[in-house]
Amino acid sequence: MAEPLRIFLVDDETPARSRLRSLLGDCMEMLPNEVVGEADSGAAALAALAQVRADVVLLDIRMPGMGGMEVARQLADRPGSPQVIFVTAYDAHALSAFEVGARDYLLKPVRLERLVEALRRLRPVEAGAVPMKRDHFVVSDRGRVVRIPLEEVLYLRAELKYVTLRTREREYVLDESLTKLEEEFPGELLRIHRNCLVNRCHLTGFELRREGEETRWVAMLGNWPEVLPVSRRQAHVVRDFRLC
Amino acid sequence: MALQSRIRPHFLFNSLNTVLGLMRSEPQLAETVLENLAELYRALLSESGVLSRLEREIALARAYTEIEVTRLGSRLTVNWQCQGVPFDALVPPFVLQPLLENAVYHGVEPSEAGGVVNVTIFLKGDQLNLVVRNPCESPSHRQSGNRMALTNIRERLALHFDAEAEMSAYEAGGEFVVQIRMPYKHG
Repeated sequence: MAEPLRIFLVDDETPARSRLRSLLGDCMEMLPNEVVGEADSGAAALAALAQVRADVVLLDIRMPGMGGMEVARQLADRPGSPQVIFVTAYDAHALSAFEVGARDYLLKPVRLERLVEALRRLRPVEAGAVPMKRDHFVVSDRGRVVRIPLEEVLYLRAELKYVTLRTREREYVLDESLTKLEEEFPGELLRIHRNCLVNRCHLTGFELRREGEETRWVAMLGNWPEVLPVSRRQAHVVRDFRLC
Repeated sequence: MALQSRIRPHFLFNSLNTVLGLMRSEPQLAETVLENLAELYRALLSESGVLSRLEREIALARAYTEIEVTRLGSRLTVNWQCQGVPFDALVPPFVLQPLLENAVYHGVEPSEAGGVVNVTIFLKGDQLNLVVRNPCESPSHRQSGNRMALTNIRERLALHFDAEAEMSAYEAGGEFVVQIRMPYKHG
């Protein structure tokens, strides 16, 4: 018989976790499983999941402090993280749930059949599941959640406390770090400065500018009026640009 | 429609989930939650708009907070101060429960440490006063639902008491306070 599925439960409400435990007990014969741990907050879940190996996390979305969406996002960045199934009473989150790579989405109260179906569905891809590569960003914008396709992004820039994403039309605030974005999109985004990644598909060239005694490179993006400074440290991108 | 405008629909699903979670381990507590839920929804469904006894409104609000305390555990504490209030006072139906729902939803649920909701009811001269206070750490937690319930109560106060009743909502000392004053009317 296959190894039992290792499940981790995250919900800030005690009765809600107890309900999931009962259901998992009920489907033991249909689907051998083991609850390897539980947490009552997002932060506690992330800490525990760094220690405990689980195949799947049943994750509540609306929790005080760090919500389920953020937990899923951070888990997605860790190699070998468990898959995520959201469990929530709030169906308005369905769309964004899949944006952060959730495998499934269950509404509370959860029915046994639906839980089994969701768990069965993820078993085959259990080992080495790789989240699908994104071709867009998801930003919150005045109470809406909007998708910005990667090709519309001109550049991403780190400001003091957040990252701004620039399209031809406007600027958005993105809740991600430049370093992670650079690692995620090595072929698409190019680091030209400690605080700036440009989208290679809009990069048309570099220009040497004189600033007093000094000269420095700036990046040009098609007919975009603004030029972006290339830091001395990243000056090698100009050389690479010449070569290919 | 009437149901939706008075109680958040998610409250029902969260409560049912709480009942299901308690059913096997604490069946008696599960029964209490269902009894409170039944009382609350019976009142909602039969609401006719005529003035209601303060005693009944307090009972409904208590039924509501009992459910939430079961769900949220030690994160929610509700302090009632209503000794000596005239239970026969006539007040608009559902004048109290939505204030508590707001207090729990905006003031307690978003906080990991939880919080205390204070309900004070007292008679001053011939004026009945209801005060609900909850912690508000970050103003960004406030959402439009808050305003909706307050607007709704304000309208109903005006309907029954005209300019003789008033409601104020403000932030003070890290707390969100809703204060209602209306003439003491009894039947």
